[in-house]
Amino acid sequence: MTDLTIMITRCVRRSLRDPEAFFTSLLLPVILMLLFVYVFGGAMSAGATNTSEYADYVVPGLIVLCAGFGAGTTAVAVATDMSSGIVDRFRSMPIRSSSVLAGHVAASLARNLVATALVIGVGLAVGWRPSASPARWLAAVAMIVAFILAMSWLAAMAGLLVGGPEAANSVTFVIMFLPYLSTAFVPARTMTPVLRPIAANQPFTPIIETMRGLWMGRTSLGASVGHEAVLAVAYCAAILVLSAATASYLFRHRAAA
Amino acid sequence: MTYTVTASGIVKSFGGTRRVLDGVDLAVEGGAILALLGPNGAGKTTLVRILATLLKPDAGSATIAGHDLRSDPAGVRRSISLTGQNVAVDDVLTGRENLVMMARLLRLPAKAARQRAAGLLAAFDLEDAADKRVKTYSGGMRRRLDLAVSVIARPPLIFLDEPTTGLDPRSRNQVWDTVRGLAADGVTVLLTTQYLEEADRLADTVAVLHHGRIVAQGTPAQLKAGHGGASLDEVFLTLTESGYPGYPGYERATR
Repeated sequence: MTDLTIMITRCVRRSLRDPEAFFTSLLLPVILMLLFVYVFGGAMSAGATNTSEYADYVVPGLIVLCAGFGAGTTAVAVATDMSSGIVDRFRSMPIRSSSVLAGHVAASLARNLVATALVIGVGLAVGWRPSASPARWLAAVAMIVAFILAMSWLAAMAGLLVGGPEAANSVTFVIMFLPYLSTAFVPARTMTPVLRPIAANQPFTPIIETMRGLWMGRTSLGASVGHEAVLAVAYCAAILVLSAATASYLFRHRAAA
Repeated sequence: MTYTVTASGIVKSFGGTRRVLDGVDLAVEGGAILALLGPNGAGKTTLVRILATLLKPDAGSATIAGHDLRSDPAGVRRSISLTGQNVAVDDVLTGRENLVMMARLLRLPAKAARQRAAGLLAAFDLEDAADKRVKTYSGGMRRRLDLAVSVIARPPLIFLDEPTTGLDPRSRNQVWDTVRGLAADGVTVLLTTQYLEEADRLADTVAVLHHGRIVAQGTPAQLKAGHGGASLDEVFLTLTESGYPGYPGYERATR
């Protein structure tokens, strides 16, 4: 446990001392929220007169998008570590080597929860009005935590696989692009027929729909929250277990460059 | 005679074909400085990484400070510290934070960790820069911090992989003094180097690694005497046939 606490402290310090990345990760949620609600919102909810209706729709999508960006940061952090000599030092010390990666993941969770809180705060400011009970709020937050943990381990694995900080940056791009092909920003039924089944069935969608259903009372696909939640939890658990196992294996067996 | 390191028949290939180590036998006396000398690509780093539990050998066995490399890697890790070719400190943290973090990882209580860090910062002439980020340190300062981290737990054996490569003469001399100080305290040091002068001036024993084997081992004086009183340069050239590795700017022992 102490190994882990020390590693978390290290990773959090590193995050706080990279003001550029830290600022970007906080600015991003704010700018995206304003962009989607005030610039695209009118067109998205064509027919409706009130842009706050689009805020009701888009908040879960933005949370996922920002978590994707945060995961990219984690991939870069892990790749940077692997390309420096310090990992060899850690691995030759009598400590639990898993704590090095777990520290990155915990710091990633902390960073992303701050970004998520910002999305929620700015969302409420621009007219998002969730109808959820406290119990449903709690469930939505649990969904977010599960999603961020799964993404963080996935990012840690990606950071180990790509071999360098520059390449790890491209992970951000991929993860940030995927939500656009889900129900994050527009309902699947409005998409071209080829994309509809992809958007309705890709892993991000049930996660987004679970939050949407918990907060707003209904999903955009018409399925029940329970149905989406089962899928969402299964996806998160599968991604988390597979990535964590692969990342730990790679960390133990892969020599630094 | 007690040996801190005994290795026999260490073999390591990469990618099936490239046999980097081809049966290395090595023994390092307790409290001695052994310099592992060899041209670039001779496998020095590979051997150090194997002995430090970072790589598994394909064949062979080794005992490190009484712990078997294969059956007790955790015991080995408790007995060693490794200073690799890349400086192994966190350059976003300060020198003090690095030392405290490593001390805590080595199970020192918080207060003891801070005291140890302060003591090492003084001993390694880093007090002025203690609370500056390592990113701002010079190459020599980083290397000194790296060495300070290596001695936090007072391990019986320290691996130094090319500790002076890239350093200016003044920093190099400081590192040499540090290494001599460690040996005087009874620490066994296994260092790799491509500099003959470093091996000659610093080491009690020199082992020459060539084509994956130890081709000669002895005190610098013994090696010279065995080759008719030649300089260590000439001994090295004779042993490694092809002479100096062919890369531009390689300087002889004078540097």
